[in-house]
Amino acid sequence: MIRIPCPHCGPRDHDEFSYVGDATKVRPADPAATSPEDWHRYVYLRDNPRGAHLEYWHHIQGCRAYLKVLRDTATHEVLASGRPEDALEAPR
Amino acid sequence: MAEYSVFSLVRQALSGHKGWIRAWRDPEPKKSYDVIIIGGGGHGLATAYYLARNHGITNVAILEKGYIGGGNVGRNTTIVRSNYLLDGNNHFYEHSLKLWEGLSSDLNYNVMFSQRGVLNLAHSDGQMDAHARRGNAMRLNGVDSALLDRRDVQQLYPYLDFSENARFPIYGGLLQPRGGTARHDAVAWGFARGADRLGVDIIQNCEVTGFERDGDRVTAVKTSRGTIGCGRVGMAVAGNTSRVAQMVGLELPIESHVLQAFVSEPLKKLIDGVVTFGAGHFYISQSDKGGLVLGGDLDFYNSYAQRGNLPTVENVMALGCAMMPNIRRVRILRSWGGIMDMSMDGSPIISKTPIDNLYLNAGWCYGGFKATPGSGWVFAHTIAEDKPHRFNEALSLERFATGHLLDEGGKGPTPKLH
Amino acid sequence: MIFGRLPLEQSHRLLTGGAIDRLKPLSFSFDGRSYRGYAGDTLASALLANGVTVMGRSFKYHRPRGVMSAGPEEPNALVELRSGARREPNTRATMIELFHGLRATSQNRWPCLRFDAMEVNDLLSRFLVAGFYYKTFMGFPGWHFWEKRIRAAAGMGAGTVEHDPDGYETMNAHCDVLVVGGGPAGLAAALTAGRTGARVILVDETDGLGGRLRSERDTLDGKPAIAWAASVAAELADLPEVRVLTRTTAFGIYDNNLVGAVERLADHMPVPPAHVARQRLWHIRPQRVIVAAGAIERPLVFGGNDRPGVMLAGAVRTYLNRFAVTPGKRAVVVANNDDGYRTAFDLAAAGIDVMQILDTRSASHGAWRERALAAGFDVAEGSAVTNAYGRMGLVGCDIARLDGRGGTVGDSRFVPCDLIANSGGWTPSIHLHSHAGGKAEWNDQIAAFLPGSVRSDVVTIGAARGRFALSDCLSDGFKAGAEAASSCGFGTGTAPDAPITDEVPTAPLQALWSVPPTPGKKVKRFVDHQDDVTVEDIELAHREGFVSVEHLKRYTTLGMGTDQGKTSNINGHALMAAARGQSIPTVGTTTFRPPYTPVAMGAFAGRTTGRHLAPTRRTALHDWHAANGVVFIEAGPWLRPQYYLQPGEAVSKETMDRAITDEVVTTRTKVGISDVSSLGKIDVQGPDSAEFLNRVYSNGFAALPVGKARYGLMLREDGLVDDDGTTSRLSDTHFLMTTTTVHAAKVLADLEWYLQVVWPELDVRVSSVTEQWAGMALPGPKAREVLAAAVDPGADVSNEALPYLGVTCTATIRGVPVRIFRISFSGELGYEINAPADWGIAVWEAVMEAGEDHGIRPYGLEAMGIMRIEKGHVAGPELDGRTTPDDLGLGRMASTKKWFVGRGMLDKPAFTDPDRPKLVGLVPVDGVSRIRAGSILVDDPDAATPVPKLGHITSSAYLSPTVGHPISLGLLARGRERIGQEVWAVFPLRGIRVRARVTETCFVDPEGKKLHG
Repeated sequence: MIRIPCPHCGPRDHDEFSYVGDATKVRPADPAATSPEDWHRYVYLRDNPRGAHLEYWHHIQGCRAYLKVLRDTATHEVLASGRPEDALEAPR
Repeated sequence: MAEYSVFSLVRQALSGHKGWIRAWRDPEPKKSYDVIIIGGGGHGLATAYYLARNHGITNVAILEKGYIGGGNVGRNTTIVRSNYLLDGNNHFYEHSLKLWEGLSSDLNYNVMFSQRGVLNLAHSDGQMDAHARRGNAMRLNGVDSALLDRRDVQQLYPYLDFSENARFPIYGGLLQPRGGTARHDAVAWGFARGADRLGVDIIQNCEVTGFERDGDRVTAVKTSRGTIGCGRVGMAVAGNTSRVAQMVGLELPIESHVLQAFVSEPLKKLIDGVVTFGAGHFYISQSDKGGLVLGGDLDFYNSYAQRGNLPTVENVMALGCAMMPNIRRVRILRSWGGIMDMSMDGSPIISKTPIDNLYLNAGWCYGGFKATPGSGWVFAHTIAEDKPHRFNEALSLERFATGHLLDEGGKGPTPKLH
Repeated sequence: MIFGRLPLEQSHRLLTGGAIDRLKPLSFSFDGRSYRGYAGDTLASALLANGVTVMGRSFKYHRPRGVMSAGPEEPNALVELRSGARREPNTRATMIELFHGLRATSQNRWPCLRFDAMEVNDLLSRFLVAGFYYKTFMGFPGWHFWEKRIRAAAGMGAGTVEHDPDGYETMNAHCDVLVVGGGPAGLAAALTAGRTGARVILVDETDGLGGRLRSERDTLDGKPAIAWAASVAAELADLPEVRVLTRTTAFGIYDNNLVGAVERLADHMPVPPAHVARQRLWHIRPQRVIVAAGAIERPLVFGGNDRPGVMLAGAVRTYLNRFAVTPGKRAVVVANNDDGYRTAFDLAAAGIDVMQILDTRSASHGAWRERALAAGFDVAEGSAVTNAYGRMGLVGCDIARLDGRGGTVGDSRFVPCDLIANSGGWTPSIHLHSHAGGKAEWNDQIAAFLPGSVRSDVVTIGAARGRFALSDCLSDGFKAGAEAASSCGFGTGTAPDAPITDEVPTAPLQALWSVPPTPGKKVKRFVDHQDDVTVEDIELAHREGFVSVEHLKRYTTLGMGTDQGKTSNINGHALMAAARGQSIPTVGTTTFRPPYTPVAMGAFAGRTTGRHLAPTRRTALHDWHAANGVVFIEAGPWLRPQYYLQPGEAVSKETMDRAITDEVVTTRTKVGISDVSSLGKIDVQGPDSAEFLNRVYSNGFAALPVGKARYGLMLREDGLVDDDGTTSRLSDTHFLMTTTTVHAAKVLADLEWYLQVVWPELDVRVSSVTEQWAGMALPGPKAREVLAAAVDPGADVSNEALPYLGVTCTATIRGVPVRIFRISFSGELGYEINAPADWGIAVWEAVMEAGEDHGIRPYGLEAMGIMRIEKGHVAGPELDGRTTPDDLGLGRMASTKKWFVGRGMLDKPAFTDPDRPKLVGLVPVDGVSRIRAGSILVDDPDAATPVPKLGHITSSAYLSPTVGHPISLGLLARGRERIGQEVWAVFPLRGIRVRARVTETCFVDPEGKKLHG
């Protein structure tokens, strides 16, 4: 069981959460100025790294907050977590 | 006389089986090849085989970082079917199913393709309608399918839960009689041996570490066993597609997820065909050895670890026990995890790429095993002819940009849902 | 046995000793014959006590097999336990506690265990080598022919087709220290940790504590070691923070050290007592895990090493010491380590003739050997058993001197015996270490893999890390227990002194991976007993290039049996390493995955099964329906009214059709009422609510006036339609959104996503209120009159006060404040009334009463579905995740004046392709034929396959009572250009084709006069 530190609720089992996906993808802020290629990159393309992966989870069975989580996709180890607006860094 | 036959087996038996030769050679890599296939899984091996068999291209190497067949071709639940709704998928998978039907003879290797029928249960009128639509579309494509009502299903599988206690009553199901199972490892080995006998070099323990480029072309593949020159390169590394693609600067519509599968202790024959639940993701069949082979949903998070977690295990078992309350006492013997290339519309990609001589075979989601021969066939064609075969035109990489999506489930660009 | 008389009762039971209760005899049966054993026996020990040597048949060659071990590693003695719905195939006789009336049956044999017709496979074994099936069965008559026969023969025990009557449950537990294994190391660890006050859980897979101490004659501080174990057990039982779980197997470690364990609550009883689950699955969340899982003995690989009577040396000691059973009368002991000597002493102490001790080591000078020589045992060094004889029970064996190079020296010698105790060394059980991500490291001293990389939170101790001496196990345990507790904040971390053992020092083992055959003899040397993998099979795999351990496993099935290679993997991998001329660590080992031993599917499922597979959602109005003739239908998780029967009617096709038709007709001509509570309802509040909705809906919401409802369409980011519903503005900053039933949860999560992540600057809050409000639709020409009669005085529901798409929140019905929305799914003049859930039935009843004079009747999903098709509204079958707004005829709802979710993708070539299927209506040209949903639309049904497809029927009403013939909706290529034309709707699954005319989507009141009336 992955344990995800929710900034609002504390560490919780991952099955309380719904996985959302890649948090490095930022939705174009000005849609009118966004090219089809940029929409395509946002909606469809993923870096999909093996190792540290910045991702969103939704605490859907808990406080219903969206979280940003830095997690190693090779080991499932959670390296850091925070609110969506937080910049996360892996602890040294 | 065929290398493998009951006669050769008897002859070898009489001499203590000392005369069998290696199923495939263990060659040193050459300086360069006309075609390099990255990935010694089912698809890579099949591609190399059909390059040699169909296109006469034999100066081919398969580069495998571990041992061949160590990825998803040996980590699946062995189901083979072509019961797809959308034409782009249905034609492709049906082509594959037809190849399965002659595969053992073609390869002179018994892949134990067993057409025991694949039954998808339905638990509502809406689901029956959706099954009907799929079955009708299949029929119009010349593919077998049968719509069963509740009684028909009960006759085939009387021990499913038809009781009042069932949470989601069984309304009926869609049966593809020609679907079934195959011996997964044998498929890898059969293609490996077939390719080897046609001159293909299978190079194991050879990890690709990079590419040498000349503009929009790849000129050589850098590996843990040296740099190998190439005419064309085909990538068939499902599970690690994004990692290898990154070496040539490609970002793809793919996420890697872990899918667990399970096998039970061996039992005398209990479940005849393949049955899938309709009120949750669960599928089960019984291997020829007797083990129940079963699986369900992904673990639902990006992962490159070939192991999953307990909630998914419990969910899979709960669905299985609900569908077949007679297997609750059956014990799970082994579990494993495979890394799935989850594409953005749930369908695979067999395609040219923005790099002139690099070809992509990826995005198999749950469904790569059944596609093995068909995938090899059309991917070999795509590489040899530098254009897609008619059966993989719809599986292009560009479809995400053009909107020609193949979304069987209508789930949208959320890979975990496919 | 003398014919016609009972076998000598417990002929192989010692008169004294053992941990069995001779005062509690238990009768049981095996293959229909009755026997007696004692409380404390396992099925295996009780059978051995009765002189039963053959307990099973092997998988492939059907060779008669006796019990080989005394633990979970047993590959041979597998039986079908119990019968009927409770039959459990492949149950290890070594792990079943004997209970009164136990019934077991042998398996994988026909017609009986002694005479098994399939034993012919043994005679054919030279043809049935590893992987033979890959090379054959390809030509005529084909695999399907052979497979039937192979499937009939394969498998081990038989499962059941009956539904399991027993229950299972799940339990969560948290602790500081989890100790896996109740042997000396585990006991010491649990005791030390427990004494500090730390929360400790100790699990052991057997029925009691002590582990190997129960099988050996060790002493601690001069007293029997088992007495020490008992005293520790007693102290643990008294420690309030310590929980001891026996009959519990920790089968896997998952991420973050979640340990899965299965407790067998009732497997040692004939049936579970009332209200007791058969098994309980534990989720244990420890801070520290101490794995003291012990080690498993390896057999030696010699000719005939599978004969009944060839047993692991440690198992022989278990049967002698713990069960007071003599597995034979004349024993040969063969080992590559000192366990052979130890076993010989125990055999001799039980009065069994030790014919010969064979020490396979070329030069052994240890203390054990000296003791054995001094005790007068016949010890042969550098020698081994080269072949064992006796099909149904051992009669003797050949022994020979080894030349150390894989051959023998001189002649072999035959020694009569009925028991061979053998040991090839011990393999530490590193399964859990491996599950936790730990590596395995080869160790030459013990010739096995040890836990490699060390993690602070999962430590492996004692025999499980290759420290086999009792004193080492104890000191490991005391130290690990103290450290683990201390790391959790308990105790000082210092370990107490361990009790003094009386151990004789052991000399190192000398690996011996296979014993050469008796010169001139063809022998079968089994590596994997259950799956009949021999040394020759491994050599064949090597010859054919299946040289990686994974290829070896998959090609030969080595380690694929129910024991998962617990006794065979190391031997097999070592033989492959030898064939490759490489070291064992170079060749590597296969990966351990959960479960450690097989776990019943039901245990994983727990209570989540049958009715309880998923929660059943009932609306607030459920009880009213139930009391008023409803037939419910499962709609996803919801139970919803399908239709209502009249008093006295029974369910039949005829009554159903009549009910549905009447419900439609009543609603269209008078008034109907239906339960729409399951529709998703989301409360949207905050100053930026209008702006927010304007971004998530494709049509405009910014200017929606207060007190008005609007139909809205939502797209996904990929431009395809996600959901639809009506949303009402209750105040400047307050909206109520409705969604489809199916998408309610998803839409809420999406809204939260946009608010929290994408547009955090918007001041809006959203909350699901689906279950807070009972929803009822009230459509029909008389709806206003009914509503007017239902609302309390003062509320004005006139067309002027509450026009089409008007909303009022001020009315009450019987004093209950309600929200009334003038919206309609059926196309009639209609309202939706939301009432607080607890008052839903009261309001519903008030409306029913008000409508009585107008002939109101409730209608269910079927009538609702027909009416929405008549009206051409889209629903689930049209919103299938592949349609654009324009496909559904809703293109005008995709605003060109603003940006909204999904707009960036709408211009894709495929989405604007004029050939795309568009929503149309379709009616049978003959006016009567039913057009079924799921039909495919084609121009020419007789075209050659693949028949070109134009689209499909999404929804269908087999009879529209309103228009008097079947109608349907469908997606048809260039559909809107084809209106008035004809196509075929084909349903080849049933051999049906219907000529259909393409129409507009709306069959009733296309101008919408009724809505506004």
